Amino acid sequence: MLPADWKADLANPASVDLTLPVLELIRRSTTRLPQDVIEALVAFRNREAEGSRAANTLDTMLENVTLADENVAPLCQDTGTLIFWVRHPFGFSQRVLKQQVRKAVAEATAKSWLRPNCVESLSGRNPGNNMDPFGETHPVVHFEEHEGPGIEISIMQKGGGCENVGAQYRLPDVAIGAGRDLGGVRKCIIDAVTKAQGQGCSPGILGVAIGGDRVTGYERSKEVILRKLGTPNPDPKLDAFERQLTEELNSLGIGPMGYGGLTTVLGVNVSEMWRHPASFYVSISYMCWSSRRMDLVIEPSGNAVYR
Amino acid sequence: MKKIITPISEAVIRELKVGDEILLNGKVVLSRDIGHKFMVEKKPEWLKPILEEAVIYHCGPVVARQADGSWTFVSAGPTTSIREEPYQADVLETYNVRGVIGKGGMGKKTSDGLRKAGACYFHATGGAGALLAERVKRVVDVKMLEEFGSPEAFWIIEVEDFPLVVTMDSHGGSLHEEVANTSQARAKELMAAR
Repeated sequence: MLPADWKADLANPASVDLTLPVLELIRRSTTRLPQDVIEALVAFRNREAEGSRAANTLDTMLENVTLADENVAPLCQDTGTLIFWVRHPFGFSQRVLKQQVRKAVAEATAKSWLRPNCVESLSGRNPGNNMDPFGETHPVVHFEEHEGPGIEISIMQKGGGCENVGAQYRLPDVAIGAGRDLGGVRKCIIDAVTKAQGQGCSPGILGVAIGGDRVTGYERSKEVILRKLGTPNPDPKLDAFERQLTEELNSLGIGPMGYGGLTTVLGVNVSEMWRHPASFYVSISYMCWSSRRMDLVIEPSGNAVYR
Repeated sequence: MKKIITPISEAVIRELKVGDEILLNGKVVLSRDIGHKFMVEKKPEWLKPILEEAVIYHCGPVVARQADGSWTFVSAGPTTSIREEPYQADVLETYNVRGVIGKGGMGKKTSDGLRKAGACYFHATGGAGALLAERVKRVVDVKMLEEFGSPEAFWIIEVEDFPLVVTMDSHGGSLHEEVANTSQARAKELMAAR
């Protein structure tokens, strides 16, 4: 745990060591489900028929949430691909910050808070510490210099099962009859969720990016999952779309773990991007119900706050 | 809820139907992607007594090594099973396995294999890693740890009252197929609406 008197001197970037607060960020995100996700699970559980397999399954999930927190055990054994977003003020070295993030990841793995999930692609060789030796591909760290005086770090643990059911569509898509408009986007989302069934550990949370290129669309589709469930989309048109989609997807009857039921998704988060006139991508990232994400903020005072 | 204890006889398996909720007790062997490829391509003799009338679990656990060298499971939920579809039926037959635990269900080839071998597909709650690890009473042994890494090694464990739902039985029944059919019909309806 982070010592109570830990403080960063942001006026002196060279002195700032984020290893400990990032380690604590990993400990919390791996063992504690965000409050908004817990509340959504409870709300949807109360809509399922008493004694149904769907209600029992949601109860098991909620029991797991309590146990993981109490035992400081990972909520899910698949602690995922680790994705970090670091936003920092002018003057910080991204190379140094990355070294600190990597050190925290290796230490969290040694403490069994993380499963060693990083393997060499062709041989399957596992270095055992969640780090590719070249510092290029795992953990994933996105950097951005921002205006704010503090440092913000978001983490997402993206499991393999839910990653495998993500999808990217190129509109128009003749096979599903999707044109280049919001109606077409809607068809892509319905198609992706129907194909995912229970393989992505439903009820899932969807991140959708409309537009962009193949890379930036997928990137954005993950980043929008960071938005808390129940917070409105800043674009009123997309906000209404998200609500409608959530309702429609929950009428598919896939249910928790694909056993049938009223709860197939907990929410849909959509973001619109600019695009090349010739390309219209819809990128969909599926997040399992165990949506592990958390923010660490190093305030201008130097204090570390988790939320 | 019915208690099932390993070794499981074929007669016990034949009584189970889709939708049954059970509590599993006894020996379970973890295996996933590399393990299944290995089992089918190499058919190692040493694995046969380990898997005889036992249950395979598609799981890559988070483990912790204790000071005395023993292992404990910290988090151990199921991984997606469909990746093992090319191998599963062969594995059931070669090793006389009575069940497979996983999530998401499997396809036609495995369903045929379950019918032929007298085995069931058991579904565990995905993501419930902390809860399921508590039902692991003992880590008996681990094989191929160095070669495969901890998420993919053959962990041999004993479980107590491990909660499962039969979603594919030995008579060709599949809850996954049923749900897929109804959800696909509904998706078609939704897509036709506009």
